[in-house]
Amino acid sequence: MTIAWKTAITLGALGLSTGVASAACGIESGSVRVLSNDFPALHDVVEKAKECAGDGVTVTANQTAEHESLAVPALSANPAEYTSHFVANSSLQPLLSNDLIRPLNDYIETYGKNISERQKIKIGDDVMVIAFDANAQHLFFREDILKEAGIEPPKTYEDVLAAAKAIKDKSLMAYPLTGTYKAGWNLAEEFVNMYLGMGGEFFEPGSAKPAIDNEKGVAALEMMKSLSAYMNPDYLTFDSNSVQAELESGSAAIANFWGSRYGAVVDDEGSTPEIAGSIKVAAAPTVGGGTIPATTLWWDGYTVAKNISEADAKATFIALDHGASAEMANANPDAAVWLIDGYEPGPGAIGVLDSMNQGAKPYPMVPYMGLLHTALGAEIVDFMKGEEDAAKALADTEAAYSAAAREKGFL
Amino acid sequence: MPHRTFFWFILPSALAMLVFIALPIVSIVVQSLYVEHDRVLVEVENCGPFGCSKEVRVDAAATAELQREEPLGRFNGLATYTNRNHLAFDEIGAAWANAPDIAEFAGEILSLPFYRALSFTLAYTAVVTPFVIVLGFLIALAVNMLPSLLKGPVIFVSLLPMIITPLIGSLVLFWMIDSNGVIGATIQALANDPALSLKASAPLTWITLFVYGIWHSTPFAFVVFYAGLQTVPKDTMESAMIDGASTFERVRFVTLPHLSPLLVFVGLIQLMDNFRVFEPIVGFNAEANATSLSWIIFNDLRGAGTPLFGSAAATSTLTLIGVSILLTPVLIRTWRDFTRKG
Repeated sequence: MTIAWKTAITLGALGLSTGVASAACGIESGSVRVLSNDFPALHDVVEKAKECAGDGVTVTANQTAEHESLAVPALSANPAEYTSHFVANSSLQPLLSNDLIRPLNDYIETYGKNISERQKIKIGDDVMVIAFDANAQHLFFREDILKEAGIEPPKTYEDVLAAAKAIKDKSLMAYPLTGTYKAGWNLAEEFVNMYLGMGGEFFEPGSAKPAIDNEKGVAALEMMKSLSAYMNPDYLTFDSNSVQAELESGSAAIANFWGSRYGAVVDDEGSTPEIAGSIKVAAAPTVGGGTIPATTLWWDGYTVAKNISEADAKATFIALDHGASAEMANANPDAAVWLIDGYEPGPGAIGVLDSMNQGAKPYPMVPYMGLLHTALGAEIVDFMKGEEDAAKALADTEAAYSAAAREKGFL
Repeated sequence: MPHRTFFWFILPSALAMLVFIALPIVSIVVQSLYVEHDRVLVEVENCGPFGCSKEVRVDAAATAELQREEPLGRFNGLATYTNRNHLAFDEIGAAWANAPDIAEFAGEILSLPFYRALSFTLAYTAVVTPFVIVLGFLIALAVNMLPSLLKGPVIFVSLLPMIITPLIGSLVLFWMIDSNGVIGATIQALANDPALSLKASAPLTWITLFVYGIWHSTPFAFVVFYAGLQTVPKDTMESAMIDGASTFERVRFVTLPHLSPLLVFVGLIQLMDNFRVFEPIVGFNAEANATSLSWIIFNDLRGAGTPLFGSAAATSTLTLIGVSILLTPVLIRTWRDFTRKG
């Protein structure tokens, strides 16, 4: 082989390898800057998207629990500080209300052939978000304890109460139930779940007027009160970390708990193999004769910022499409319940998927839901403590919400 | 000092105070008088992984147009101050008219967010401040009597509660008083009641927060008083001893009068600090049983996804007024002392 040949081959190989580097995603140049919440599923998407970095393409990410407070100011700048913000049902609102993200229809047509229909979050005709995973609170239960108490896994909240009573009566556990009942956001979320399970509507149709002060609201609160009787007396301080600890330590047998925590609950940390091995999941229970699981469905997805250059927008879309691919989903099957086509769900995904298939509702995306959620979190506490009745708590909630909604210009 | 010199001397600090204290206060007061524009709402079809539904949206362009015209929002006067989430005049009027007795009326008022927070804030200030001053003084006296070899280490250990960041300190204690934690389990064993929990009932939560507050702030009072004790005049003390004064009498008639400016100083700082109690409520997850004015401000800004600036500003202004009312007696006293001396 001559020197010329060698040189040619080497140069060819070099050319090929750099060609491969950018051809992996097909981005010529651009900067991808992601702002997102901080949990494993989102890390997986961003890590995968980082494969697109290379010649003229940079991929950086700021993954923090404080993402929501950063998003609006950071995306309002021109050019925006981040080219994409990962949002959930609840955090999409501020971006839409301030017109900070761009419709993705054209990008999907050109670069997003693998994006399935159910991943597209459409506002009118515009696709504004590509959702990639789903989350919901659903049933976690201890198979062994239920067997010992001689009961089937509960299908309704009435069954849950009966199961709790049986477990307590047989002295298997002092506090068989647990739940994320911490005063504030968590407690309000439990009410939202229960109220939707009862078939309730939060607002009068087409307006921001609250409509929770009714029989369904009272029934939802009464059910929460009955459940709390079987919980550790500290339940009003319990957030997800506490509930996970309760399950892992074997202090509680049944919880309606976040699907995204499944991996952490059953892994080999923080618990014994006996306990972790017998924790099973199922769809969220129904309640009050309702037909849909009493839970709310949540999704996470990526957006593309409006105030950025066309090249950056294109690079961002392509890189994140690469990040949220079936290959990534199947490499991390337990990190989340992926909505991506071609993903093979693991055993922990049943809870979310069954809840979804049985018709559980998504968390309401109306712009004033956050205000009602906050009001609930503060005002139903007195009822849970037994200091006022359910109707008063709901009337108080409506009053607190109305004052805030007036200030925000919704009423 | 001639007025001219005084003016140049004070100018930098006056400027800094104007920029960093006066202007923000003015801005908060102005903000509290405004609320956001009426949102232009439109109904659109939303679709996602869980199906389609008709939902209401904010018309971003139309709302932005309104905001461009009047960036501050709509003028609302004092209506934010009087609404249910603050002073709640209407609700109090209704409760006064409808409540059968005074206890019912009080219960009704304490279920309103602002008054609930105010009651805890005032109770916290009223309990923690005197305890901190008295305990701090006693510890300072005790440490002052120690042999000098021991003083260093004892002072260091006594200061630890203040060195720990309040949020971390309260989290550590929160876990320790858990029914599985070392303090919580001990209390359960002592009381022989496995269901006893310091987190579950309002009175116990309040007491826990008070104890935390005293634990955290006492080192500050101690350090100030200890420094003051080093300046107590020896000759006065010796003459008191020659006159036959007991230890108690020496403390009462020599040390205390000498330290009285420091007592006022620590009292002032503690009143202000305790009135804006915040971190322990977050650290102890105590929102269910205790909220404070600062916590409401935090909740308005961070609780609802999009911040309620008007609400938060109104509560801030009310907090400011509260602090001024609390400090008035102390300030009047200081002014009298000043004019008497002058």
